[in-house]
Amino acid sequence: MAADEREVLLQATGLTKRFPGVVANEDVSLTLRKGEILALLGENGAGKSTLVKMIYGLYAPDEGEIRIKGEAVRLAGPRDAIKRGIGMVHQHFQLVPVFTVAENIVLGDEPLRWPFVNMKSARAEVARLSEEYGLKVDVDAHVEDLPVGTQQRVEILKALYRRADILILDEPTAVLTPQETDDLLRVMRGFADSGVGVIFITHKLREVLAVADTIEVLRGGKWVGTTVPAETSQEGLAQMMVGRGVLLQVDKRAAQPQEVILDVQGLTVTDDLGLPAVRDVSLQVRAGEILGIAGVEGNGQRELVQALTGLRRCSATTVTVNGQDILNKSPHDIHALGVGHVPEDREKDGLVGPYSVADNLVLDRFAEPEFASRGVRDRKAIDALSTNLVQQFDIRTPGITTTVQSLSGGNKQKIVIARELAANPVALIAAQPTRGVDVGSIEFIHSQIVGARDRGAAVLLVSAELDEILGLSDRVAVMYDGRLVDVLDIAVADRARVGRLMAGGSKDA
Amino acid sequence: MSTTDPARTDLGFTDPDPRRGGPLDRLPAIVIPVVSVLLAFAIGGILIWLQGVNPFQAYYVLFSNALGTTEGLLRVMQKSTPLILTGLAVTVGLRAGLFNIGAQGQLLVAALGTAWAGYNFQMPMVLHIPVALVFGMLCGAAWASIAGALRAYRSVSEVITTIMLNSIAIALVDYLASEPFKEPDQPLTRTPEIAPTAMLPTFGIVPSGFLIAIVVAIVFGWLLSRTTQGFRFNTVGLNPSAARYAGISVKGTILLAMAVSGALAGMGGAIETLGVTGRFEPAFNAGLGFDGITIALLARANPIATIPAAILIGTLRSGAAALQFQTGIEPEVVDVILAITLLLVSAPIVARLLFRKRNIKQTQVTQGWGS
Repeated sequence: MAADEREVLLQATGLTKRFPGVVANEDVSLTLRKGEILALLGENGAGKSTLVKMIYGLYAPDEGEIRIKGEAVRLAGPRDAIKRGIGMVHQHFQLVPVFTVAENIVLGDEPLRWPFVNMKSARAEVARLSEEYGLKVDVDAHVEDLPVGTQQRVEILKALYRRADILILDEPTAVLTPQETDDLLRVMRGFADSGVGVIFITHKLREVLAVADTIEVLRGGKWVGTTVPAETSQEGLAQMMVGRGVLLQVDKRAAQPQEVILDVQGLTVTDDLGLPAVRDVSLQVRAGEILGIAGVEGNGQRELVQALTGLRRCSATTVTVNGQDILNKSPHDIHALGVGHVPEDREKDGLVGPYSVADNLVLDRFAEPEFASRGVRDRKAIDALSTNLVQQFDIRTPGITTTVQSLSGGNKQKIVIARELAANPVALIAAQPTRGVDVGSIEFIHSQIVGARDRGAAVLLVSAELDEILGLSDRVAVMYDGRLVDVLDIAVADRARVGRLMAGGSKDA
Repeated sequence: MSTTDPARTDLGFTDPDPRRGGPLDRLPAIVIPVVSVLLAFAIGGILIWLQGVNPFQAYYVLFSNALGTTEGLLRVMQKSTPLILTGLAVTVGLRAGLFNIGAQGQLLVAALGTAWAGYNFQMPMVLHIPVALVFGMLCGAAWASIAGALRAYRSVSEVITTIMLNSIAIALVDYLASEPFKEPDQPLTRTPEIAPTAMLPTFGIVPSGFLIAIVVAIVFGWLLSRTTQGFRFNTVGLNPSAARYAGISVKGTILLAMAVSGALAGMGGAIETLGVTGRFEPAFNAGLGFDGITIALLARANPIATIPAAILIGTLRSGAAALQFQTGIEPEVVDVILAITLLLVSAPIVARLLFRKRNIKQTQVTQGWGS
């Protein structure tokens, strides 16, 4: 690259961070200049978070040097980092729900009219910032009443209020609709134009190509390469991330839908607080097709899946699988009818971390005659099946007795998928099947889901990743505020149209 | 009840993620208990030394009296028997994610119930012993099930309820042994003696109750590691949401685990009555249930390991009296040693709990709206 004349805001050289048994970062360097958007790309566990945590003062590097605006620093903690102009927007927002936007933004650095907080000047300052950077917020709104996208704006404003000129955004688009994402990318560009250096962590290749000036790729804690959007493509980036060629487009034939397997009519479900989460939803999934449910998270998808799998009570006119009533049946009974379930939160619902790979592979069938006789578990049968599945589903584990908690997210998810598909389900309900999963495993999991469809399973796919929905589904249903706003054939479901529906736009717009 | 269950006692028996765990988590399981016991002995030794006695001599007296004579060995086995069983009771609970602090109460209720069955029924020995034993176990199971049901159906922490049920049990057996079940024409608060047909025999110097306890421990080791029911217990204990998802009835498992736990504690009380005391007397049986907690934690919820842990504590308990006779040291020094042991074996668990809490705080100060 040509010599860059812009001021160097941040220079990290040879950063290494070890945790017991793992080297999270090894000899990683990066340079961030004024007005630059630097995308940090890598799979889960590649060391992106560790790297920025060192820059933000949350971890002390074991080796290497961090220079901020030319000055070598040893950051004692985030407070130190903030003082030096580093702002970070975490994946999980750090906001006080009952405070207003202005209160949240000034919290910890309040303008004073001693000994009181000068709320008037706080509000004015926040309003000015919001105006200046085009981040629209109502300064007096309570944060708990705001949608996620707006909360994120509050987080960003918080950093700007502290005069951050180095802004770190950790997976900021994970919680946004496609339109909100586009807005955010525009806002990021605005920051850069005003001289802020932005570090943007993501695993979404499309966004990286759309917004980054420079792309740094990490793999397994090590730096693999630097590139710029003009010189690469999604395939190129994926190859750098994974270290081998990756099929990003799911290779699948046209669906051949058969009879209706899953039939849901008039389903209504309430959430933990007793508020309606799913409102009068009706859908049908046929054998041999994938119905994708698109939607921003928190629009009732979770409750819908829980209701269909027996984990949450609900009311409905009809919920049947193959004509058999499953309304408010137990998870065990529903499973027995041939419904496989890949739960959204695999660590919590799908796996028992301290158990071995083998025990997890039979978790929902451990008492069946195949694996136990007269109440005594048949170790041999369990091990035989496990050895088989580990091979068939390419589960990378030292052995079938290894505890699942020591495996990577992708391998954990492969265990869940293997278990659910090994039973040859007539219907598969998969929620966020590739969340937190590395690119290589995503490819494999996608092909397994399509494979199940081709074997005649009715697949209900719920995902917050629109690309996943569009890539896998034969029909796309969009969920907003607990309702299915529309069901589109994949041929007419493009990003813009589905995105509008996800944001609550009407289907005629 | 859906996501997190506030009543759940996280005891840290789940091996934490090795990448997140501290150095303690990579040691073999036996290290912490052994080091804890040795440290407790060292601290106890300092206390003995402060009383002007050579600690090595004191420990020699303690162990030689407990283990060096036939009489001493018999007493150690008798003392260890209920401890193995209460240790098992707590262990079974822990495996299913329940912290049964109520082994003491369950044991008392069972000891009294067994005594009643022992002096009230007339039947041949082959029947009388098992009937009295099972009767006692049912009493213990029933008492524990009160806490089990409250936990399963109302999410009331079993820690709280079992502690409260202990107090109720103490008052209840006191009343029953001093009024309706009292031995007539006797000033003492105690039941009549059980029939000879209900007395547990002793083989040579080995009390049959001790053998029963060891067999039960081995059986439970097998049950928990090899059977589908054991798998249910472990799964509910390690991850109740995954258990529910896998089609295991979490409520049913909690009810059963608590009942089994109570039955085991009850068996401890029953054998104490049938094999040692021969009647129920409230003054006896004190502390057996609480030692069970120390034993279970020392054994790290491993049924087989409760045997050596219980024998160790049984030895200390039975040697304590000789310690006082021969050296003048207050026997409470044994309580101090046991208390320090408990503190040390539970410290890593407590530390992990605190550490985990702090981790949660970082992301949850404001609740995660994110994902």
